[in-house]
Amino acid sequence: MKEKNGDKTLKYSLYFLLSVVLLYVFLFLLIPWKIYHSLQIALHIFIQIIPVIIAVITLMGISNYFLKPKTVTKYLGKESGVRGWVLAICFGILSHGSIYVWYPLLKELYKHGMRTGLIAAFLYNRAVKIPLIPLMIFYFGIPFVVILTIYTIVASVVEGKVLEGINHLSPVIEE
Amino acid sequence: MERNIKKTDGRQKQLIVAFHKALKSFISALPTITGVVLLIGLFKTFITPKMITSVFTGEPFKDTVLGSLFGSILTGNPITSYIIGGELLKDGVSLFAVTAFIVAWVTVGIFQLPAEALFLGKKFALIRNILSFVLAIVVAVATVLTLEVIII
Repeated sequence: MKEKNGDKTLKYSLYFLLSVVLLYVFLFLLIPWKIYHSLQIALHIFIQIIPVIIAVITLMGISNYFLKPKTVTKYLGKESGVRGWVLAICFGILSHGSIYVWYPLLKELYKHGMRTGLIAAFLYNRAVKIPLIPLMIFYFGIPFVVILTIYTIVASVVEGKVLEGINHLSPVIEE
Repeated sequence: MERNIKKTDGRQKQLIVAFHKALKSFISALPTITGVVLLIGLFKTFITPKMITSVFTGEPFKDTVLGSLFGSILTGNPITSYIIGGELLKDGVSLFAVTAFIVAWVTVGIFQLPAEALFLGKKFALIRNILSFVLAIVVAVATVLTLEVIII
């Protein structure tokens, strides 16, 4: 069953890539110089995300080795309580790099028992970027940054709770 | 002694299996990540910051919704959102709209939606992004109102 799910993910993943490549080919025939520029941007992004990809694969390997479903359930599962929320918020704030690189790891953690609400809280808290705070202060000032950070964390919990409420009525993540 | 060696061998094998599983899982994600990156490349070529600035109307509420909408569609490093946000403020766009814009930039991802749906499910991805879009507006209003109260 697991193999089937993995094959399905890969199949849809390849369909998606193929559609984007076809779009590129089509646009290249019309405006080749612009598409060449798009490819350069894409390549630049790829180079930038390589370290994050390596970090995520390492984290996934470590989590597969150390985190047994029982451990994940204890810290991020149904019984995790406030500690689970705090962990999800902290990990979300500390995680960096493109959001889509983190999806496979979150899927693995979900399979091990992570709560849906905590996944949402993790993703939302990526809005808090510690290394970029000085730049944000430069543009918007200290009071704005402090207030925004507090409301962002609160909103992450609200989003997580709402998603869990919906999940309680009907599962939002397919097994 | 023999038992310890066997135990170490077992752990090594488990570690190799764990990393092999992680790598396999990531390889299945690679086509989606590549597709998303290529889409972002296209988007950055065709949409310029000037085009974004020209869309705002001057009405605070409408601009806040527009800010959240554009933040949801646009993607890239958050630094870009701060720079565009700073420029928007200089051009007279309200802080409500700019805040919604920079919050939605990171919390909502239209271009990442196919990848999110593929890994975490369509329903999760859709509901989370819709909620994040609405919350970007709420966070913007709450932040600016609190700021106004504190400053006054």
